[in-house]
Amino acid sequence: MVSVTINVSLKPSALCKFPEKMMNTIQLKIDNKELEVPKGTTILDAAKRNGIHIPTLCHMKLHDMNIENKPGGCRVCVVDVKGRRNLAPACVTEAENGMEIDTHSMRVINARRTLTELIISDHPFECLTCAKSGNCELQQLAHDMGIREIHFEGDKSTYRKDTSPAIIRDPDKCIMCRRCEMMCNKIQTVGVLSAINRGFMAVVSPPFEENLDHSVCTYCGQCVAVCPTGALTEVDHTPAVIRALSDPTKTVIVQTAPAVRAALGEEFGLEPGTLVTGKMAAALRRLGFHFVFDTDFAADLTIMEEGTELLDRLQRHLNGDQTVKLPILTSCCPAWVKFFEHQFPTMIDIPSSAKSPQQMFGAIAKTYFAQKQNINRNDLVVVSIMPCLAKKYECSREEFSHDGNPDVDFALSTRELAALIKLANIDFHALPDEDFDHPLGESTGAGVIFGTTGGVIEAAVRTAYELQTGKTLQRINFEELRGMEGIRDATIDFDGLPIRIGIAHGLGNARQLLEDIKSGKSHYHAIEIMSCPGGCIGGGGQPYHHSNSEILKARQKALYSEDEAKTLRKSHENPYIIKLYEEFLGKPMSHKAHQLLHTGYFDRSTTFVEED
Amino acid sequence: MPKIKLSEYATTTIKEVCASFNHNEGELINVLHQVQHKLGYLPAEVQELVAIELNIPVAKVYGVVTFYSFFTMLPQGENPISVCMGTACYVRGAEQVLDEFRRQLKIDVGETSADGKFSLNALRCVGACGLAPVVMVGDRVHGRVSPSDVKKILAECKDGCLTHN
Repeated sequence: MVSVTINVSLKPSALCKFPEKMMNTIQLKIDNKELEVPKGTTILDAAKRNGIHIPTLCHMKLHDMNIENKPGGCRVCVVDVKGRRNLAPACVTEAENGMEIDTHSMRVINARRTLTELIISDHPFECLTCAKSGNCELQQLAHDMGIREIHFEGDKSTYRKDTSPAIIRDPDKCIMCRRCEMMCNKIQTVGVLSAINRGFMAVVSPPFEENLDHSVCTYCGQCVAVCPTGALTEVDHTPAVIRALSDPTKTVIVQTAPAVRAALGEEFGLEPGTLVTGKMAAALRRLGFHFVFDTDFAADLTIMEEGTELLDRLQRHLNGDQTVKLPILTSCCPAWVKFFEHQFPTMIDIPSSAKSPQQMFGAIAKTYFAQKQNINRNDLVVVSIMPCLAKKYECSREEFSHDGNPDVDFALSTRELAALIKLANIDFHALPDEDFDHPLGESTGAGVIFGTTGGVIEAAVRTAYELQTGKTLQRINFEELRGMEGIRDATIDFDGLPIRIGIAHGLGNARQLLEDIKSGKSHYHAIEIMSCPGGCIGGGGQPYHHSNSEILKARQKALYSEDEAKTLRKSHENPYIIKLYEEFLGKPMSHKAHQLLHTGYFDRSTTFVEED
Repeated sequence: MPKIKLSEYATTTIKEVCASFNHNEGELINVLHQVQHKLGYLPAEVQELVAIELNIPVAKVYGVVTFYSFFTMLPQGENPISVCMGTACYVRGAEQVLDEFRRQLKIDVGETSADGKFSLNALRCVGACGLAPVVMVGDRVHGRVSPSDVKKILAECKDGCLTHN
């Protein structure tokens, strides 16, 4: 029997050794360090902002982005608060004036080790083959806690694995941190993932424990981006790419999305925001790709088509055509496309009919380029390197194939490319900076900024302005379109014609904008939407940010700096785009352009449940 | 999951219940409570309509339905039998009573008999510990039940003495 004495008469004031301050700050001691923090700060934040590390597992916060998960469930962050009987979870306990906290007392360490062991006792020991190995926060925690033995033996969860075109769910590895649920519901408002059952049986799952591909999942991959373990991972296209590269009958070409070059370096220990465009091209060549091209080229092409479509709709609107649909919505993001197909089926004629850059590239590669090279499309393999998981789904959509042969064969994430480079024993740091190949590797600065929120619409404005007014832009940077706020708007003066522009990133913000359009509250001419917070730089296939929003900002800055460094910064000035139209397509929105570069959307509001 | 088409009655009932709670998503548990009371159980199609009416993801509805053991996705028998397995009932032999129901009905906990007459569930404390062990059949409470009483309770149900209310 252990007897516990509780001093019930202890008043908060009795704890205050510090004088009360008039200001809205409080003073406390953490690990004998005297600190002052704003009122309302959690113990975890108070420690963090003063350089004191408290281990966490379920907690996740992207500062300045209003994204936080703190269910207080895992208890790994418990700390010793003097005068309190129980250990306090630092992530959900508010710091109080006069608190004295020990973050690493032996009692705390003992509790943390026990908690970690208990969590691991219901976790598969599959680290050797787990896709998350090396990036797993539970693995890291077990390492940090010095766990060498699990003293708790008991049942282990056994759930069905669920594979979709882009995301794999392995619920046995779920630790119920519920970060994915928060991203899916609160940030993306997609509402596929929810905690179900209770106690030992509790797990995160789509409704009725159906597979993801039977759900309204958009494959945005934000659940994968935040999952601390291997419970949510991407479908690995690497083995298929290796097979293609080792097949002598195939010509294998590659395209790289703009956001990849701003993040790939992180996988090789470089500072976030380091541009590795040249090294990436060199690495891809070393891997054996026959032609190293750039999705930025296709981004320029997208602007030609989408910009022309915008001007066409605008002109008809100004001429009094009542049937014309405005605002035009961008359609580059496959998760966004699937989102509105499920959630806003009555509005599927509003987005631009232009395909995404990935798919435009595929369509041009397997026609124009294949003809130029005299290669049968079946012998040409198009691989894309994407910051995105939804791109894996996008290239599997039926309308993006020809007689069963897809325009884009495989989509590797930034993480998968990094792993492939390491696998091939390529010393990334020692690589020279190399250029992309021609003709599909030339791009302008407008194509580069496609990778960040605000970038697509800025690129479109640069071209649409000059095509509409016939004048040269005095300034190329549109600061008013840039930033990280979830919803932004700006009015751009097209030589007397005010063009109203809306921007949203994160599907929850997109939903809000769409509701405003539906209710007639919003009056924009053009809207850019990207599914992931920050745009493609924060995509589900990027190196894990491990809850550090500064990484996203650094990537964004990197893209704008690459744009600044380019001689050509407007899509319509890309000489290879001009040549493509001269030799092959005719003009934007021509019959041929329509055939190859435009698409349609489907009402998926009911069809996600397949009839058995 | 095979799709069933909801009857006119079920659709109207769900819509009415949701409307009576002003389609407030915070009332989800109360809505499910009433819908289950009126329809007997909460199959997937019912949950989908509740989700639409309250404007919340169906995943959330399913999460709540699976969290609370009170909610069921399977049709209950005409006579839902619940054996209390709370501490007081348990120490006074509730498990033997439950086993006897299983044996006589040839069904397990959470199941419904083939003829649709009985379903069997275990629950936690009904607040009648003085009568332990307690068995509930529908709204009716049987106290101090021993395994030998099981046959009598089942016979009473078959005679229809419970169906009058």
